[in-house]
Amino acid sequence: MSKIRSKVYVAGDNIDTDNIIPAQYLNLVPTIPEEYEKLGSYAMAGLPDDAAPFVDKATSKTPYGILVAGKNFGCGSSREHAPVALGAAGCKAVVAEYYARIFFRNSVATGEVYPFETAEPLVSEFKTGDEAELDTDAHTLTRLSDGKVFPLKDLGAVAPVVEAGGMFAYARKVGMISDK
Amino acid sequence: MKQTLTEKILARAAGRQTVTPGENIWARINVLLTHDVCGPGTIGIFKREFGEGAKVFDREGVVIIPDHYIHTRDEKAHRNVATLFDFAKEQDLPYFYPPWTNRYRGVCHVALPELGHVRPGETIVGTDSHTCTHGALGAFSTGIGNTDAGFVMGTGKMLVKVPETIRIVLKGKKPDYIAGKDVILRVIGDLGTGGATYCALEFAGPGCAELSIEDRMTICNMAVEAGAKNGIFAADDKALAYVRARTKKPFEPLVGDPDAPVKAEYEYDLSELVPCVARPHCPDRYAPAADCGDVKLDRAYVGSCTGGKIEDFEMAARVLNGRKVAIDTFLVPATVEVAEAIRTHEIDGKTWERIFAEAGCIPVSAPGCAACLGGPVDTFGRTHGNEVVISTTNRNFIGRMGSKTAPIYLASPLTVAASAIEGRIADPRKYL
Ligand code: SF4
Repeated sequence: MSKIRSKVYVAGDNIDTDNIIPAQYLNLVPTIPEEYEKLGSYAMAGLPDDAAPFVDKATSKTPYGILVAGKNFGCGSSREHAPVALGAAGCKAVVAEYYARIFFRNSVATGEVYPFETAEPLVSEFKTGDEAELDTDAHTLTRLSDGKVFPLKDLGAVAPVVEAGGMFAYARKVGMISDK
Repeated sequence: MKQTLTEKILARAAGRQTVTPGENIWARINVLLTHDVCGPGTIGIFKREFGEGAKVFDREGVVIIPDHYIHTRDEKAHRNVATLFDFAKEQDLPYFYPPWTNRYRGVCHVALPELGHVRPGETIVGTDSHTCTHGALGAFSTGIGNTDAGFVMGTGKMLVKVPETIRIVLKGKKPDYIAGKDVILRVIGDLGTGGATYCALEFAGPGCAELSIEDRMTICNMAVEAGAKNGIFAADDKALAYVRARTKKPFEPLVGDPDAPVKAEYEYDLSELVPCVARPHCPDRYAPAADCGDVKLDRAYVGSCTGGKIEDFEMAARVLNGRKVAIDTFLVPATVEVAEAIRTHEIDGKTWERIFAEAGCIPVSAPGCAACLGGPVDTFGRTHGNEVVISTTNRNFIGRMGSKTAPIYLASPLTVAASAIEGRIADPRKYL
């Protein structure tokens, strides 16, 4: 995939894994298909009650394919349920100033969402519901209302893993494990 | 080339002389830890990728310690533990510590070192962010997700980006009113929750000798709250004695070069620290306890992998001995060994259990994670309304202990116990 065109959801700094998927739903196992879908329906359910809903109750999916956030996105627990919940809800990418390392790593290893970092803070440039286009090859986020283009950082040391399509695909490619 | 302790352990695990921060290496993993929350998903990935009949990389290298959702009637939680029972049987795993049997231990991060699975110089990964606890004994230890864990389960290897090191130099004498928790809350307050992101947080200097093994565990446990990949202390004689008393397995400790280049270095004098709290809703919101006397509380909580160890309850018992609590006070031992200590250890001829009962605390619960992460609605100590909580746990994010409208203050067991007596945040010094 190289272009993602969608509405954006805007969140602040220090969005932690309890915001992304509250602990009471961790009894759901991501590799069981019905429970994967259920995790998606609870994505971002731990935000304060006055925040705009991320998931549409009627469809259990999110209308927001791109999540724009501030500093330290995904801090807290190592739960892979966090990128999985976002991916299962239909979110394709997170664009944050920087990430807590386990969330970043889990996003890359699972291939559930692209974890892009921004060159400069973007939370004040967007509001929830704005339309945007993310180009994953050119590393840019474009605000469609006025065409303004924001540069993103490239994925750095993990780029080969992302390009291969996740941890297992990468390990097979470099010969660390044999083909299935 | 001069190397830090973390770099030396990773170099050895990669079969090399040296490694450089920022490079990706394939490291050999000695121990993979998992529990009931992430174990079933890890097993699902392992089977999907390596096949239904696959065998784990090393029967003795996979340690499974269910702890999160044990004392609950939740059906899925029970199903998840059943998945672990089946897997341990199928793979014939010697280190499975299941609930509802006499092998149950409690919270994985306290049980892992207790059981001798943490050895200096080794590499440990676990499907839980607080796996960084085990750096207290000179191991490289970090939290990972299910996908990486499924990979390790099959191969015994992991792709690791070598972290840069931030060195925290400790010096001075530690006063008896200062706990490991006060040290780490101060460090996190200074670094910020993202201040050590992707880095190793290495504790060094003469002050380390002042800290007990459990203090070091508390400190390394919360390294992740500053964003760190791992926390680490070099294993000294105290650490080696602790480990040798718990395992017969051979191990080879490593020490870092004291003058190895690091990303940053900070120095703290233990004698100048004060009892403190982290205010809601972030562990970096440091404040001296003495400045928070106007915060009225509804509940005190002593428990978790960071604040529910033997010395944590000893600290609480010292403060509560002969006094009364003014608010609901929950006590959750991390492990069976801690629960046993509460029943049998004494101060002034009284067991800690009796001291807590006479102080008016709620009876001590069974060991486990309990309300440290909220959990199913029937979890012991979980918040449901607007309770203001002071807790020895490690995270005070919104909703962490259950209710999104219940603010949490983090503190040492001394400060939590003193605050329980007054019903508001209190500096423990006057009770010691
Ligand atoms: S006690 Fe709390 S922090 Fe520790 S492993 Fe359990 S839930 Fe996690």
